[in-house]
Amino acid sequence: MTPQPVSGAALNPRLQEIVEDFAAVPDKDRLQLLLEYSQDLPALPERYAAHRDLLEPVPECQTPLFLAVEVGPDSAVHLFFEAPAEAPTTRGFAAILHGGLDGLDADEVLAVPAEFTTQLGLQDLVSPLRLRGMAAMLARIKRQVRARRG
Amino acid sequence: MALPYDSTPKFGDYAHPEKIVSTEWVAAHLDDPGLVVAESDEDVLLYETGHIPGAVKLDWHTELNDPVTRDYVDGAGFAKLMSEKGISRDTTLVLYGDKNNWWAAYALWVCSLFGHPDVRLMDGGRAKWIAEGRPVSTEAPKRPEADYPVVDRDDQQIRAFQDQVLDHLGQPMIDVRSPGEYTGELLHMPDYPQEGALRGGHIPGARNIPWARAAAEDATFRTRAELEAIYQGEAGLSPEDDVVVYCRIGERSSHTWFVLQHLLGYPYVRNYDGSWTEWGNSVRVPITRGDSP
Repeated sequence: MTPQPVSGAALNPRLQEIVEDFAAVPDKDRLQLLLEYSQDLPALPERYAAHRDLLEPVPECQTPLFLAVEVGPDSAVHLFFEAPAEAPTTRGFAAILHGGLDGLDADEVLAVPAEFTTQLGLQDLVSPLRLRGMAAMLARIKRQVRARRG
Repeated sequence: MALPYDSTPKFGDYAHPEKIVSTEWVAAHLDDPGLVVAESDEDVLLYETGHIPGAVKLDWHTELNDPVTRDYVDGAGFAKLMSEKGISRDTTLVLYGDKNNWWAAYALWVCSLFGHPDVRLMDGGRAKWIAEGRPVSTEAPKRPEADYPVVDRDDQQIRAFQDQVLDHLGQPMIDVRSPGEYTGELLHMPDYPQEGALRGGHIPGARNIPWARAAAEDATFRTRAELEAIYQGEAGLSPEDDVVVYCRIGERSSHTWFVLQHLLGYPYVRNYDGSWTEWGNSVRVPITRGDSP
């Protein structure tokens, strides 16, 4: 049984770095930073691009977002996302999760505190509803990690 | 000084052609003094990826809403916002955005609560402008600050509150959400918390005409004849009806409000912005499940 993350739990170093990146810029530049993240979201690999039915929809996002989660034999988690170019905010959220979690051990992913999304200083800029979409992505990722780890 | 109206023949059929302009019109008038073009999107970053050159950004959630109370900004807040954007009371304000002008229509409705004299939608919105290969810019426009007067918000004419909707039961109502939201089945999705409503279904008597039916494939509004076939033919409305429209938080229904009020010219149309996130969470209000009104 994995211990449940407690409020205020430390972030893994990669997520911590992302949070610090966002904290380091003033409000008005934070959206620009999110935009830059959105531009770095990797494209779907062929095995998903050709089989979109393997992707899980995330209806809590205001725009269509699909994700896939793989857990390797070494317990490393790999994440795949698809969101349209017209949805840069959603793409940015996906890119943050990809940058912060892809390749981590399953236990490390499960240990990410649910309220991590509120640490990016984006609440007043992108609205709670939009951030809830990101929290839902994280919840769905964890759920799949639990299911796939067996 | 208000800018000239767009004489596109399709618009001439609408009841209020002065409320709508084409992408061609915007391209031709972009540098005219007295015009401000504003983009209002669902996605808060879309504007930053490129917008109509010179257009300002207007974010529905972070700028038009009060940050604490579930309400819109007040007269002073609106005046401050407009002034910062370089919009005066006599500015011709043209709004456009993503998703068939969904959010632009919402912004237009909020501007209408303050009675901004000349506010129009760009038909086809962002998608049409881009599909036509027109220029976009990532440069933030530098507009001199304007001096917008403090005007009280008028919540009587085009806005409905829950108690008014209760009094309205039995009179024409349009639920513009998707069929699944209307019937109530969307609340039955296993495992996942839905956005905010404890009960599913619709307000008794409301007919379901999903908002996007008013838009054609290219995101422009359907012609007057097509709109009449939907709202008068199918939904059975008459122009003199007192109509309430609603959705989940009042944004999609702003689009339908615009269609009924300005394109078809219904004088009595109110948008119930509390919508399903209020109604579906309220104690002891009547709800109908299923696909009959």
